[in-house]
Amino acid sequence: MLGAIVEPGFFTSSPVQLAAEVGAVVAIVAGCVGVFTVIRGQSFAGEALGDIGATGGSSAYLAGVGPLWGFMAMSVTAAAIMELIGIQRPRGRDVATGIVLGAGFGLAALLLYLDSIYDNTTGATVTILFGSPFALSPSVLPLVAVLGALALGLIALLYRPLLLVSLSPELAAARGLPVRLIGALYLLALALAVALSAVTIGAILSTALLVGPAATALQLTRRPGRAIVAAGMLGVGAVWLGILLAYDSHGWPVSFFVVTLVLIAYIASRALPSRGRGR
Amino acid sequence: MTADVLIPTPPEAASDALSVEGVTVRLGGRTVLDHVSFSVRAGEFTGLIGSNGAGKTTLFRVILGLESPLSGHVRVGSTRSARRPGADVGYVPQKFLLDPDMPVRGRDLIGLGLDGHRFGVPLPSRTRRERVEEMIEAVDARDFADARVGQLSGGEQQRILIAHALISGPRLLLLDEPLANLDLRAAQEVVRLLSRIASEQQIAVLISAHEMNPLLPVMDRIVYLAAGRAASGTVEEVVRSEVLSKLYGHHVDVLRVHGRVIVVAGTGHDEHTAPEIPSAVEIVE
Repeated sequence: MLGAIVEPGFFTSSPVQLAAEVGAVVAIVAGCVGVFTVIRGQSFAGEALGDIGATGGSSAYLAGVGPLWGFMAMSVTAAAIMELIGIQRPRGRDVATGIVLGAGFGLAALLLYLDSIYDNTTGATVTILFGSPFALSPSVLPLVAVLGALALGLIALLYRPLLLVSLSPELAAARGLPVRLIGALYLLALALAVALSAVTIGAILSTALLVGPAATALQLTRRPGRAIVAAGMLGVGAVWLGILLAYDSHGWPVSFFVVTLVLIAYIASRALPSRGRGR
Repeated sequence: MTADVLIPTPPEAASDALSVEGVTVRLGGRTVLDHVSFSVRAGEFTGLIGSNGAGKTTLFRVILGLESPLSGHVRVGSTRSARRPGADVGYVPQKFLLDPDMPVRGRDLIGLGLDGHRFGVPLPSRTRRERVEEMIEAVDARDFADARVGQLSGGEQQRILIAHALISGPRLLLLDEPLANLDLRAAQEVVRLLSRIASEQQIAVLISAHEMNPLLPVMDRIVYLAAGRAASGTVEEVVRSEVLSKLYGHHVDVLRVHGRVIVVAGTGHDEHTAPEIPSAVEIVE
């Protein structure tokens, strides 16, 4: 029966295995970080970090290094700039994100153009913007694991203060918590998660994996801890199923399937009766 | 002016949970608080009354260590709150807006009052759970402690926030306009709850409000703020025409109607043009 859904060679293919491993790590990190992204209302900031990460991904191609290095360097830099412009004030946040986003993406357009001129690999643009996990190099896995552990470690360390700051900055400040520092550290975790997500499903779609499973999880549970676990599981499910469907489709992009599955899950969760009150 | 030396609390002041001494705050060139002094005793319910812009929130920020006064100082319990009073002060902010789909139950928020400032993931602990349970009982939140905080009514949210503020065992509970968005019944319930907590747990409760009437039945003392200055004492001592006129710097009438107090204060800025007729009537009920 399995043969009917899974094309021959799926379980033995090493690009598929690598994609599944990287995808799982990325989905867990994205789910964990993403729950706070949704709680804090920073989806737009996440999207901007991903888009700007495209600048890094495309310059990494020019420099001949792995795109993840580029994604990471650029999205962390962009996060730092947004923090400096004043992303923590809601209005400042919106404006800062918009400005950094515009500038970054303009640069990415140039770099992607240069990629296609010098590299002559027409696939670079698609890979950077929309991802191609089957084309990952095995050497990327250790870096993915280290960056993933770093992001998860940050969230674990910040968990309670971050939750309090995200729910009510007034309450957090009254308890003597450094609200701005916590916000800045969270932004770092967000930049890492976005960079990881970008290597898997592409820079532009990276927020889908970050926000989609998290937003779905928030519909399903009333507890922050459970929401994080659920978001991670939903993300891994979407990525793995997406990889399977892409493999079966002989060439359709993985990111298309992942993003579609995430969207379906979210819509389905909205259709469920609210889990607000009651037990 | 009191010299800037560290503590030793004189024994006679031992019951003062909070003392504010000569606090002056200037913000953006405006004197928001002008030598404000008063003290709040353990087990007492004190109302901080003043119209919008009288400096109530600024005063709270000073007490919380979030705003440094130009002069004067604040002491919480026996320790000078040089910077952050931390666990000694419980605080319920005025603004608390939470989306209905935030994945946080009342009991989660209460628990964060105990250890929200600690780093790391909370480990399941029986003492923590029991302490949260105790607080849920203390504020009568049993029926809604498991619902999402964002879906609770204003009065229910206040109870959860009060439990959040109380769980760390503070000596002083500050509440910024907790009745502002509540209907009369919910306001009365919150007031009764706070009064009970003050006397049972021997905690000083300082609650700010622009309207004093809902607090009249339970207020042990009042701190009346106007034009950045404060008068404090019992309601009978403070809410009198002579005292408030001096505070406002112009004539103020205090009317008592059916057990309610109405303060009629003209703005009095323009005394040559209309010395007798108030150019605006500000009613602090």
